[in-house]
Amino acid sequence: MLWVDKYRPKTLEKITVHEDIARNLKKLVSEQDCPHLLFYGPSGSGKKTLILALIRQMFGAGAEKVKLENKMWKIDAGSRTLELELKMLSSTHHVEMNPSDAGFQDRYVVQEIIKEMAKNRPIDTKGKKGFKVLVLNEVDKLSREAQHSLRRTMEKYSASCRLILCCNSSSKVTEAVRSRCLNVRVNAPTEEEIVKVLEFIGKKENLTLPAGFAARIAAQSNRNLRRAVLFFETCRVQQYPFAANQAVPPLDWEQYVSEIAGDIMKEQSPKRLFSVRGKLYELLVNCIPPEIILKKLLSELLRKLDSELKHEVCHWAAHYEHKMRLGSKPIFHLEAFVAKFMSIYKEFLIASFG
Amino acid sequence: MAPLLPSSQPWVEKYRPKKVKDVAHQDEVVRVVTNTLETADLPHLLFYGPPGTGKTTTALAIAHQLFGPELYKSRVLELNASDDRGINVVRTKIKDFAAVAVGSKPHQGGYPCPPYKIIILDEADSMTEDAQNALRRTMETYSKVTRFFFICNYISRIIEPLASRCAKFRFKPLSEEVMSGRILHICNEEGLNLDSEALSTLGSISQGDLRRAITYLQSAARLFGSSISSNDLISVSGVIPQDVVESLFTACKSGDFDVANKEVTRIIAEGYPVSQLICQLLEVIVNAEDIQDEQKARICKKLGEADKCLVDGADEYLQLMDVASHTMRALCNMQQELCFS
Ligand SMILES: Nc1ncnc2c1ncn2[C@@H]1O[C@H](COP(=O)(O)OP(=O)(O)OP(=O)(O)O)[C@@H](O)[C@H]1O
Ligand SMILES: [Mg+2]
Repeated sequence: MLWVDKYRPKTLEKITVHEDIARNLKKLVSEQDCPHLLFYGPSGSGKKTLILALIRQMFGAGAEKVKLENKMWKIDAGSRTLELELKMLSSTHHVEMNPSDAGFQDRYVVQEIIKEMAKNRPIDTKGKKGFKVLVLNEVDKLSREAQHSLRRTMEKYSASCRLILCCNSSSKVTEAVRSRCLNVRVNAPTEEEIVKVLEFIGKKENLTLPAGFAARIAAQSNRNLRRAVLFFETCRVQQYPFAANQAVPPLDWEQYVSEIAGDIMKEQSPKRLFSVRGKLYELLVNCIPPEIILKKLLSELLRKLDSELKHEVCHWAAHYEHKMRLGSKPIFHLEAFVAKFMSIYKEFLIASFG
Repeated sequence: MAPLLPSSQPWVEKYRPKKVKDVAHQDEVVRVVTNTLETADLPHLLFYGPPGTGKTTTALAIAHQLFGPELYKSRVLELNASDDRGINVVRTKIKDFAAVAVGSKPHQGGYPCPPYKIIILDEADSMTEDAQNALRRTMETYSKVTRFFFICNYISRIIEPLASRCAKFRFKPLSEEVMSGRILHICNEEGLNLDSEALSTLGSISQGDLRRAITYLQSAARLFGSSISSNDLISVSGVIPQDVVESLFTACKSGDFDVANKEVTRIIAEGYPVSQLICQLLEVIVNAEDIQDEQKARICKKLGEADKCLVDGADEYLQLMDVASHTMRALCNMQQELCFS
């Protein structure tokens, strides 16, 4: 088992990084009538851990017995019948899924699942909750239609089905849905907090950490706890005992993007653009989300630029990312950004050095 | 199905008004509808306005008050965005429902029971234009025996031919006084203690959305017990603390790109919603006394554009960075037009 899973706190009491939130959640579910919840915050900040611990707090250890299934959905959409297949994780008390995986048909999934869950309402025997919990991940990726579908359903079935929504950016969740939930912000842990977690894991694994080693990992993690723990484990596999100056290896794809940035800075020509295109494509094929690539590329470029150009490059990054959202082929927009950058940079070079 | 314990419902549902007259703040609607409830003759209705202002509540209350619990099922069809409402449904489901004749035995069980059916189309702004067009016919064909209630947030998404057939009512965001009244009622029922400062805070952070106010209140009650202060409410509401906005503004004034970048990165890591941050930044900028109107205008234009991009789903970091960079250039009188484009 990876350390990220092995050292995921199982109960609200054991959660250390967002202790205050955990304490509050515990009080929140002390009665049967807790509202729907919307967790938001950057990735790797610990939302999932909080949610799982919360469900356990609601239903006890029984909620940990989950099974993963590939559920087939047969959906009657007026004139035709749609068939969809979607992964879901369920226990007797809750169901967890990523409805946005259904792409533009996400609306149907959202419509069906809640109704179905409401139908199979657990019987309210002593000490058990009379409702089920539905965890929907990545709700910020849901289409507008799907989000609309949630609205009235959330109210109508609120006695039998409680929703826990989870997303990175709450700006992308419609106001009507946000208005129906208690919004819980989960911030990224600070570097000090990350250091503490790493030291805790180190102790449990009987490792000796050189001074400042945990801090260096934390600094490279961008306040992403999951990444920090992954880095830590990678270092452990690479070499133990740790060396005081042991390098924390960057992720492969980040290394690759940083090379691309180097390529672009070195030469601005159609030929170079073509070769960069191939590399960007490679990243996309490996399922690195396009906006993540663009942001990383921007940050690598910014590191190498004079301040007058920074404003401009940053503007175009925002511009092309927005376009990318509206379009359907990310590669075009990534490439357009690179081309734009090359032309700006070349003109800048000519203007300054002739 | 297990009996619905009232306690297993969140407060927003528990305190949803059951009668039209209990709907707060929407006097115009309440007056007109109360009149028509007596004569039991109703036009088609269109309710529009922001979330949590009582639209669904009012529509359901009207239907219940007209028909009572017994006839409700056979006389009222509620379709919302969670039901499939493509053209086919409009053509078949609504038609089937509308076509079955109703008996005219008025005043059953003390309810008016007028001789028509009600079709509630909640969240109608998410219906396709085609489906709306298909509805026109249905509305005409069955105009004697059905009444349609359309409910939506954005009236512009309802096609004109439908809108013009209805009596339109705008649901206003609730004023702080009205909200206070409703909140105090709930506090009474639940045995909570709210001082006047907390009450006015609740009014301002929920921005006229009573549902939000009730949710905050319930959460605060669970977390902090029966005595709730203004700070307790702020901490559950997730509004962005003013100093976060101020420090972004200061970073922009510094004229140093990297300083602004660091600040933006921090804001994103803290998880503050950028759309809301932009609103709060707008306030700071409009009220700032040391910047000229022209600078303000430039910044505000950018804020508007960024807000639109966010609605389209653009990345929060990139948009906020773009805003920060524009603001910086406007404040420090740097070159506005990008030089190499
Ligand atoms: N005018 C009001 N008077 C009394 N209670 C209200 C009023 N408006 C909202 N509420 C409270 O807020 C809850 C939600 O209101 P409602 O469902 O009517 O909102 P809505 O206008 O339909 O919003 P949406 O556009 O998001 O569907 C109700 O359950 C009730 O508790
Ligand atoms: Mg509604």
